[in-house]
Amino acid sequence: MEKRLFIKGNEALARGAIKAGCCYYFGYPITPQNDIPEYLSKHLAKVEGCFIQAESEVASINMLLGASAAGARAMTSSSSPGISLMQEGISYLAGSELPAVIVNITRSGPGLGGISASQGDYFQATRGGGHGDYRTIVLAPHSVQEMHDLTLLAFDLADKYRNPVVILGDAVLGQMQETMVERIYHPWELPPKDWTLTGASGRKPNLIKSLYLKEGEMERHNWKLFEKYQRMKKEEVRYEVSLGEDADLIITAFGTAARVSKTAIRLARAEGFKVGLFRPITLFPFPEEALQRLSQRVKRFLSIEMNTGQMVEDVKLSVARDADVLFYGHPPGSPPVPEELLEAIKKVF
Amino acid sequence: MKQVFKRPQSLKDVPFHFCPGCHHGTIHRLVADAIDYYNLRERTIGVAGVGCSVFVYEYFDIDVAEAPHGRAPAVATGLKRVLRDRIIFTYQGDGDLASIGMSEIVHTANRGENITVIFVNNTVYGMTGGQMAPTTLLGQQTTTSPYGRDFLQDGYPIRMAEMLATLEGTSYSARVALNTPANLMKAKKAVRRAFEMQMNDMGFSFVELLSSCPTNWGMSSLKANERVEKELIPYFPLGIFKERKGTDHL
Repeated sequence: MEKRLFIKGNEALARGAIKAGCCYYFGYPITPQNDIPEYLSKHLAKVEGCFIQAESEVASINMLLGASAAGARAMTSSSSPGISLMQEGISYLAGSELPAVIVNITRSGPGLGGISASQGDYFQATRGGGHGDYRTIVLAPHSVQEMHDLTLLAFDLADKYRNPVVILGDAVLGQMQETMVERIYHPWELPPKDWTLTGASGRKPNLIKSLYLKEGEMERHNWKLFEKYQRMKKEEVRYEVSLGEDADLIITAFGTAARVSKTAIRLARAEGFKVGLFRPITLFPFPEEALQRLSQRVKRFLSIEMNTGQMVEDVKLSVARDADVLFYGHPPGSPPVPEELLEAIKKVF
Repeated sequence: MKQVFKRPQSLKDVPFHFCPGCHHGTIHRLVADAIDYYNLRERTIGVAGVGCSVFVYEYFDIDVAEAPHGRAPAVATGLKRVLRDRIIFTYQGDGDLASIGMSEIVHTANRGENITVIFVNNTVYGMTGGQMAPTTLLGQQTTTSPYGRDFLQDGYPIRMAEMLATLEGTSYSARVALNTPANLMKAKKAVRRAFEMQMNDMGFSFVELLSSCPTNWGMSSLKANERVEKELIPYFPLGIFKERKGTDHL
């Protein structure tokens, strides 16, 4: 049955996790994501799950590695500096091919930065983030509804590919309250978890590792991971296009920047400017082919981001052969307002 | 003829890669002995540290996870919280456990995680080529303490078994050595006891094993064994520092 809720983004996400069958959470407090561990510390006990407030983000991510190796759906959440600390573990998860859901409710940086929303972690999230040649699937919600829905999706994707999935939210998405609809969750049909560590009873021992020393092994492993990322590019690209049909200008934006852009586009349309939106929902795999197709007709793109220019590089890689790519950045401190973006749009025309 | 000695079933029939005179092979045997003794092979999961310890999966005929350097206790925590009826142990060296993994080991012990930790203390980083460890003795020359460890520069060697025994969450903490047959028998008993504690849901159990590293100590195997007696044991005394008798604390 459908259920309507007026709820905070962080709580919507936490509810989604429990609904997806995630019974194990490991995390360390950091603003602005504390509603997630607070919610789960209360509610995981009710589903006979386990919540651990770890001694650090480094420990959190490795507890997640252990729980995942045991075959459980498990997650952690943090915010930018904490996610930096987790990068070693995320690299091991990717190298060991373990499913995991990692939530980054970003704050600003570099360094201690501030607690306001930022999109400064785009590169870190979409390029792997830790050492080695790997990628994580990156989902970018732009509403409380998506904070919930993409969490459900994240667990299915993680299991499908045996790969970490990052949910890249931000302080605004985590803290704002909106109406959302909670639907019945139908998990995907997923491959059996015959690789888990449960004790070698009646079978040969299973091994979870990322060390490959023998001649040719490491190269083969890297190509195997590469093929997996190619499969993600083929099967998992998600995006939203709105008002694209007649647009002279396409704004590319994700997350909160896309949300504010939607209002700015409405204002621009009211003044007669034909503006549309292209919003990547998966930041990796990036919807490059869809953008490229769009660039056959639309010749101007404006990337709006809450940083000094990160996703714009991927937009350029996708369309630069056929269209001009402009950039408007609003680095963190406060989120951009629609009127400000309207001015940026007008300047293009 | 009656067979009185054989390879533990939990060990694979493959030769160890360890250097001549290294105690890792013996410690592998002791752990496998305990697993066999309590018939745990099919429900035991090992967590390998980084360093010479990492290859436990080459030798143990059990499920194994490889942890990032120092993080084995956190990985073991995740495994145990999901699989509460399984036996989980970590196998870690001194650089792994007492330096980079100090935070994880202390908090895992403090939570009283019902796991067993096998801690191999040979006072040196083995695999990376003999650098100074947190347990390197004062005056000991290593590749990164070429003039000998000096406390003004490097601090003091850390006594982990005593330190962890001070934590409420720890149920068993012992230090043993392998340099003599008598010590070996005590070590065997301690390792068995540590697994027994876990089987009885007693909480965190820890065995520190003083081990030789002839290669990085620059000694023959026999000289290395003598060093364990003359230099290591006086600073790292053998014994059981904590042993809970019941589950009253729970």
